[in-house]
Amino acid sequence: MLGIVGTVPDLQFPLVHGKVRWQGRQIRIEGHTIPVNRGTPALIAASLRACECAGGPEVYAFLVGDTGVGEGSRRLYDFLARHLPEFDLQVLTFHYLQPDVDWHGRVLPAVQTMARRPILIADAGFMYAAKMSGQARHYDFFTPDVGELAFLADDQAPHPFYTRGFILHQEHQVPDLIRQAYGHGNAAACLVVKGSTDYIVHDGSIAATVEAPSCDAMEAIGGTGDTLTGLLSAFCGAGFDRIEAAVLAARANRWTGALADPTPATQVPELIDKIPEAVSHLLDHKDYRSTPHGGA
Amino acid sequence: MFGFRKKKNKASPDHSQAAVSRGLLVFENTSEVIQAENLLKKAGWSVSVMGPPPEIRTGCDLVIVFPLMEELHILRELRRKALEPLQVVPVSAPLLAPVDLFQTKDFGDYLMVRAANMKITIAKGSRQIVNISGGGCPDVPYLAQAMIGQSLAAAPRPRDLGHTLCGYALELAYQELLRQC
Repeated sequence: MLGIVGTVPDLQFPLVHGKVRWQGRQIRIEGHTIPVNRGTPALIAASLRACECAGGPEVYAFLVGDTGVGEGSRRLYDFLARHLPEFDLQVLTFHYLQPDVDWHGRVLPAVQTMARRPILIADAGFMYAAKMSGQARHYDFFTPDVGELAFLADDQAPHPFYTRGFILHQEHQVPDLIRQAYGHGNAAACLVVKGSTDYIVHDGSIAATVEAPSCDAMEAIGGTGDTLTGLLSAFCGAGFDRIEAAVLAARANRWTGALADPTPATQVPELIDKIPEAVSHLLDHKDYRSTPHGGA
Repeated sequence: MFGFRKKKNKASPDHSQAAVSRGLLVFENTSEVIQAENLLKKAGWSVSVMGPPPEIRTGCDLVIVFPLMEELHILRELRRKALEPLQVVPVSAPLLAPVDLFQTKDFGDYLMVRAANMKITIAKGSRQIVNISGGGCPDVPYLAQAMIGQSLAAAPRPRDLGHTLCGYALELAYQELLRQC
């Protein structure tokens, strides 16, 4: 199973865990229906749609309501620290959680006592905590955008908000920022750096870049980073080699944009609708071999 | 409270005279920092929001820097509004400065402003907020839900609804958009 951990922007939403289904442009879990706008529900929706086409595993989510105060996140951290060893997961993706280094330090040991070590993917707030814990090396993937890569490259910043000004997050500096992030031990084994060019990095070396198809408006659309991480999770769960999974995820995410022809006002559900078509197209053409750095 | 400040900070202490003329107000959470900052700035004090030094182990990941000589006045003003800080300490170490660079992207009919890791996009004609992206803290989806579809003037402010550093960054992007439009 593919495990996904995150939050729902509703304080009344209880802590739930269970198999997730896609139903009428919404996700269903344990009797709850959750609209898909952005954040963890968008990640889950992308995984579900990709798993349909790519033969991926069932999706099992661990969710709680949190609107930023952090109480829900702490309840979920506590649950995970106590119960994760009871689960058998091929992939485990951590997403929108209140970044908390102390709680991260309790959850990671729980992961390490699971009977089968899952492929570990961290994005959003949990990636911030993983970096600040100094334990980034335990993860298989981080999925930063270029601004978050600058945060990983800054050995002192506790949050992207404090990334120091001299570490400018410009697209052309990505290779330098990658080198600094690995140099400080703040990167996972693999990175998928999301930007106008997507960089797929393995052990500090750029294994592939993905530049096409390109759609400028995607940068403004909330949730496109979430869908990329959802696609990556699904393809890792479907058994693709890690670099191939990352290339396929980056291409498929871009193809959803090419197929939807979005504007900066487009909402991410319109892109999620295009995932089956995008993934089927790429799989039919076996268009997921890693492209050497510098190619598309 | 994020509990970020665990990793050792390599910065060395700064005991200069200039540094000890300032103090830090430490609050329980970011919402209180934002309220206190608004209150003190409206009252005319020269205060700024910064990241706390590593030895401050309580409170959230923003502090208010204020002129130490004004401590009594400022505390009285905060108490009157039931915004008493957890701690008041003199500045004795270098502070982390928030990102202060804004990036603006013009899409033709749309304008996007980025502050730190947060982006907000409006339709130029209607000044309606059409998208919010970036960030990783759990108030981001909540703020996006509340703000998208609203006009820039009528939308709830991130400083009122947000709780985290991502929320604060979105407030800065929002203010920059107001300044530009």
